[in-house]
Amino acid sequence: MVRDVIIVGAGVTGAAIARELSRYRLSVLLLEKEAEPAFGVSKSNSGIIHAGTQNPPSSLKGWLCVEGNRLLREELAWDLGLDFARCGQLIVVFDAADLPELEKIKREGEALGVKDLQIVDRRWLDAREPNLGPEVKAALYVPSAGIISPYRFVYALVENAVKNGVQLRTSSRVTAVSRSEEGFEVTAGGQVWRSRWLVNAAGLYADEVSALAGAPTFTISPRKGEEYLLDKKREHLANHIIFPLPSATSKGVLIIKTSDGNPMIGPTAHDTPDKEDLSTTDEGLAEVLAGARRMMPSVDRSDIIAYFAGLRPASGKDFIIRHEDSVPGLVNAAGIQSPGLTSAPAIAVMVADILKKRGLELVPKAEFHRLRPRPVHLFQIPLEETRRLIEKDPAYGDIVCRCELVSAQEVRDAVKHGARTLDGVKFRTRAQAGRCHGGFCTTRIMKIMQEELGLRVTDITKRGPGSELIKEERK
Amino acid sequence: MKERQLVIVGGGPAGMAAALAARGAGVSDVLLLERDQHLGGILNQCIHPGFGLHHFKEELTGPEYADRFAARVRGDAGIEVSLRSFAVRLTPDRRVSFLRPGALEEVKAGAVILATGCRERTREMIPIPGSRPAGVYPAGLAQKMVNMEGWIPGREAVVVGSGDIGLIMARRMALEGVKVKAVIEIQKTSRGLVRNVVQCLEDFGIPLYLGHKVARITGRDRVEGVDVVKVDERFAEVPGSAFSLACDTVLVSVGLIPENELLEMAGGEIDRRTNAPVAPEVNLTSVPGVFACGNACKVYDLADWVTRDSELAGRLAAEYLGVSPA
Repeated sequence: MVRDVIIVGAGVTGAAIARELSRYRLSVLLLEKEAEPAFGVSKSNSGIIHAGTQNPPSSLKGWLCVEGNRLLREELAWDLGLDFARCGQLIVVFDAADLPELEKIKREGEALGVKDLQIVDRRWLDAREPNLGPEVKAALYVPSAGIISPYRFVYALVENAVKNGVQLRTSSRVTAVSRSEEGFEVTAGGQVWRSRWLVNAAGLYADEVSALAGAPTFTISPRKGEEYLLDKKREHLANHIIFPLPSATSKGVLIIKTSDGNPMIGPTAHDTPDKEDLSTTDEGLAEVLAGARRMMPSVDRSDIIAYFAGLRPASGKDFIIRHEDSVPGLVNAAGIQSPGLTSAPAIAVMVADILKKRGLELVPKAEFHRLRPRPVHLFQIPLEETRRLIEKDPAYGDIVCRCELVSAQEVRDAVKHGARTLDGVKFRTRAQAGRCHGGFCTTRIMKIMQEELGLRVTDITKRGPGSELIKEERK
Repeated sequence: MKERQLVIVGGGPAGMAAALAARGAGVSDVLLLERDQHLGGILNQCIHPGFGLHHFKEELTGPEYADRFAARVRGDAGIEVSLRSFAVRLTPDRRVSFLRPGALEEVKAGAVILATGCRERTREMIPIPGSRPAGVYPAGLAQKMVNMEGWIPGREAVVVGSGDIGLIMARRMALEGVKVKAVIEIQKTSRGLVRNVVQCLEDFGIPLYLGHKVARITGRDRVEGVDVVKVDERFAEVPGSAFSLACDTVLVSVGLIPENELLEMAGGEIDRRTNAPVAPEVNLTSVPGVFACGNACKVYDLADWVTRDSELAGRLAAEYLGVSPA
């Protein structure tokens, strides 16, 4: 069988492209090298839905960000049942001499179409952000910025794409691509798949996939960011996403509200040659703490309950979204670093447009399922609603994770929707994501996974093959 | 809303002792909430001996110790045990909401005793830098895996921290044929009981590195090893002292934290450093009619002392309720 399109990579970019293409009468295959979608670059994303500021006015990522932000706010958040919180963003300065820089960001943002930007003084800030430190002098207020759960965004996109006919294959790393009469032959996960078009959204490995397909036209240079999550008790630390003035290479260490309540501080930005280096460091922690404490001095090391590192798939300063003329049929969506999460819906439209211009016929399906039911999360709903749920389904009253209030039924729901690993359950439900880090609930979750998936306990992994949790079972 | 005289949250050694003592002191109606399917709490996974030497003057395992109380609790018509019941809300006027399979219940309590135990400090709280592979477990979780489920988490282990659970798990893993390469303790002395250092490490030839810390965990998918380094009096790394240990498992035993989220919800004052209730005396909290006992009140090294102090909590609740022995 020759498919119309193969998409490589089920991170947010590939997932958004898959969902966009699923509107049309096409056969689409989405290949992911990891055990689940979002397990690459996307899972370490900060979850910020940027407004579009801090991008050069002529950049691709500038306008894709503004458009992606609009699509998310106006369509996707509702359609896909996402928890998008439009909390707004503050870019703070520590020195009144930096005000012209803020003015410049404001002008450039406005040129891109970012609305309602406003320079605010210390009095404005005192009324709205009581925990800001004394060094902060003024800020640029960006009301259209917000936050989202990055992995749940990806899961929603993938789920909806699959509902609309896209085929998903996980644990399928692309190892070879060859040209055929019809287009491409892609070897992945021990199988050969054929397609007319190939869309490369392979994140950190996009350069390698493009080269395999015959277009070694760019290089991905990982830039590491360490992030530190704070206890939910500090939920009200900040009411906005707080940025310092950006530097040349990064947006700086931020204080980030997250959609789950735990504030997050970070990320660092350091180039690394290693595409698998997800280690955190003492230096990174010190840098993040210092950066966050300058903006909010009450942030304390003891507030930290979790940390992780992610790699930005950087390639130059802008995104690479183009048809490779040397390899007809190959479209790259690469170098998608910040603001890639926000831009993804707009990137998807742009990729569909490129495919169409190159000859792929986009015929809308008679029936496109635009809506995706919102999953139940007890931690998000009032107790009265929980009562009604439990009356319908008793297992919502069977609490598995006490720190984050997650029931057995939510874990089962997550598995039914595609969770295959402990991390997959965690990202979907928040079970194990709280202050005890799964100390109490891990064994119970593993047993539910065994029941639902018919696995031996020694087959259950943290995040895919190689990360098995148990070496041996004794009866 | 149903009214109950005394609601106790937690059916481990603290909650059971408090319930029995409250009954003895004249409380006629006790509702005991336990989130697990059995009474006993963490004692059920403590299959080693060493319990009861003070309270019963004989040596019992954790489950045996728990069963002695559980039998009395079950035989007491004035104590209603609600299993698989998870308290989600406590108000300052002692309304308790709890979930169980099939229902959300709300009761108004004359008095409340929180016997919610403690949780383990984790790798993330120290924090240990490095990668985040599978194979890093709080020691108590590993204990549950091995003792309750028969799941052996690894083949070669390093234990971080010399808390009692870590020492006991070092021995437990060794007994299961796991090669325990070292216990790494940043302090100059062990945090655990001397008897545990002797019986769990020395008797099994497991080296204890005092004044050392794990500087890094390595391994992409599964733990591959740890980097260990000596520290000085100020816990700064001693240059040139680093060495690596290959292992597939890291057990973390670096202390316990009282679980007092319910008390916090009710507006009770909590010490931000220890997470224990702020109160002038053991078992008290800053919320009238709400008591805390066992490891929720302070971290104990022996279950026997938990029993002793929790009995006092039961009597304090009776006194608060204005009842006296029949």
